[in-house]
Amino acid sequence: MKKRIPLSFSRFWAIVIKEFIQMRRDRLTFGMIVGIPVVQLMLFGFAINGDPKHLPTAVLLADSSQQGRSLLSALKNSDYFRFVREIHSEAEGEAALARGEVQFVVTIPENFSYNLLRGEKPTLLVEADATDPSATGNAIASLRILITSSLQHDLTGPLAFLAGSDGPVNLRVHARYNPEGISQYNIVPGLMGVVLTMTMVMITGLAITRERERGTMENLLSMPTRPLEVLLGKIVPYIFVGYIQATLILVAARWLFHVPMVGSIPLLLLCTSVFITANLAMGITFSTLAKNQLQAVQMTFFFFLPSLLLSGFMFPFRGMPDWAQVIGEILPLTHFLRIVRGILLKGNGFEEVILQLWQIMLFAAVILIIGVKRYRRTLD
Amino acid sequence: MTTGFAIDVRGMTKRFGEHTVVNGIDLQVRAGEVYGFLGPNGSGKTTFIRMLCGLLAADAGEGTCLGFDIISESEAIKRQVGYMTQRFSFYEDLSIAENLDFVARMYAVSNRRTAVQESIERLGLAGRQKQLAGELSGGWKQRLALAACMIHNPTLLLLDEPTAGVDPKARRDFWEQIHELAAQGLTFLITTHYMDEAERCDRLAYLSYGNLLTSGTATEVIAGAQLTTWSVGGPKLPEIARELRKSPGVLQAVAFGTRLHVSGTDAAALERAIAPYRREPYTVQQIHPGLEDVFIHLMGNSKDNFAP
Repeated sequence: MKKRIPLSFSRFWAIVIKEFIQMRRDRLTFGMIVGIPVVQLMLFGFAINGDPKHLPTAVLLADSSQQGRSLLSALKNSDYFRFVREIHSEAEGEAALARGEVQFVVTIPENFSYNLLRGEKPTLLVEADATDPSATGNAIASLRILITSSLQHDLTGPLAFLAGSDGPVNLRVHARYNPEGISQYNIVPGLMGVVLTMTMVMITGLAITRERERGTMENLLSMPTRPLEVLLGKIVPYIFVGYIQATLILVAARWLFHVPMVGSIPLLLLCTSVFITANLAMGITFSTLAKNQLQAVQMTFFFFLPSLLLSGFMFPFRGMPDWAQVIGEILPLTHFLRIVRGILLKGNGFEEVILQLWQIMLFAAVILIIGVKRYRRTLD
Repeated sequence: MTTGFAIDVRGMTKRFGEHTVVNGIDLQVRAGEVYGFLGPNGSGKTTFIRMLCGLLAADAGEGTCLGFDIISESEAIKRQVGYMTQRFSFYEDLSIAENLDFVARMYAVSNRRTAVQESIERLGLAGRQKQLAGELSGGWKQRLALAACMIHNPTLLLLDEPTAGVDPKARRDFWEQIHELAAQGLTFLITTHYMDEAERCDRLAYLSYGNLLTSGTATEVIAGAQLTTWSVGGPKLPEIARELRKSPGVLQAVAFGTRLHVSGTDAAALERAIAPYRREPYTVQQIHPGLEDVFIHLMGNSKDNFAP
């Protein structure tokens, strides 16, 4: 029978003291303990808004009557819509939607006023970019009220009957790209970007810190190598890993979630390589900054959190305040989400995609330069 | 190489913050020599070696290593130097053959496969080449490390405590190999704590607190210390040692097994101090001081220099 020694307060306390000392020595961990809640508070408290307003809207005004004008000014003054420009053809509206410049295109048809006043209920066409159904839902719901109230003072006296129960106009909403408003269509392709961000940054984040922790860095540095050889050599194998993940998600999206794939898959795969590289560059740069593997993981988390919340993956990008959108625009995931959704749902081609792609490339280049500069060729 | 020296450096200095770890060291190592680098832990041996192969940037100092400028041509030096780190620094999750192959590729060794195979056979690792490096015992790890840092046929090998934690048989084999290779023209700079290894070196340098205290052949180093040493045997040696240390002329009294080595630089004073023990049951005789006596002496002195 083994004799068990009694619990000792002194031993327990020794561990407590040691942990506090180690915590205090590891500045980064200490910073994270304070930093993570602050960042979360900022993001969840201020940046995230499930009910986006001031959505960019283009108007095709084919009828410049008084009623048409008052409808336009009502749109301009509304909370949900932000009038960005007037367009002059359907094709122009189509292109603006495809590029993601506007969320809505409102078409006020010819003879709108004429038909309205004759009580023929003219059709008002609203085309919405519904790739993210949650971004457009409330705006569309508010539209009917907006129209009725804006036409209210025109429809008095003998015309009062027109403002009847089902409204003076026929509102036709085209939810483009995702007509059924299935949120999986938005989330599953987006997930590809999220998964890649998480794993790619993490894996390479550990790459150099592991060498340092295991002592193999000393050996590596004693060999005649250049920083770029080491960094690129560590990035390339994981591009391959990234492609396995991307393929897995695409296969699931196609056959499990039946996400429509309108655009070119080769184009998507090309863009994916740029995105993977950007994330690997980020990871490798973290790796040069972090002292140990724990710090690398913490940095990954610090990068992942805003990527997840500010990229438009979980919450509509346009629902965020300007400062959050500025941060979001820097993150590669934001642009990659636009690319994935653009290609798969909208059928975007190279012309639309390149607008986002160059920003990811810029990010990758800047981050890699920092990494190469930070990579220490000596043990100093 | 114009000088015939594999290493020829002057004033090498390295500071970490306020702390001067290597303090203006001059060192000349002839080509084909086995040079021993000794000194207590933290004396700056590793830091000095790291500066030689470009792993640390020197704060001051100049000179050449294999004829290349130590400051500006560290890339060229790296290509011709083999550096064996104190701690095993190859990949534990790679096999022996994979590690060697990796290193061979890093140095762009021509006829890589042959070179790797030859190196495996030369070091008697043939039966184990598929084994993961992490599973090897200390002695085998050391063989692998040596094989790996020689795969690119370096002309200078910097070995940092290569035999720490290695059993006596493996150590002896290791040193035989070193001398064979030195006979073929390779130059070695080896740090060690073992006196028997120090005695196997052609020449020695002794470092303490970043200062080079002495250098030369073992005989020169011993002679340079001008130490007289007496060996005392008998009962209650620790008490005698305590007494002797208080006596004038005694610089150190150190237990060597069952005997006490009492040393000092003033031979006459030392003899007076020893006198009370020249009787039964003690045995006293004058001996030639060994390297160890000298090094303990040097170490004691240098501590005094640094005392506040």
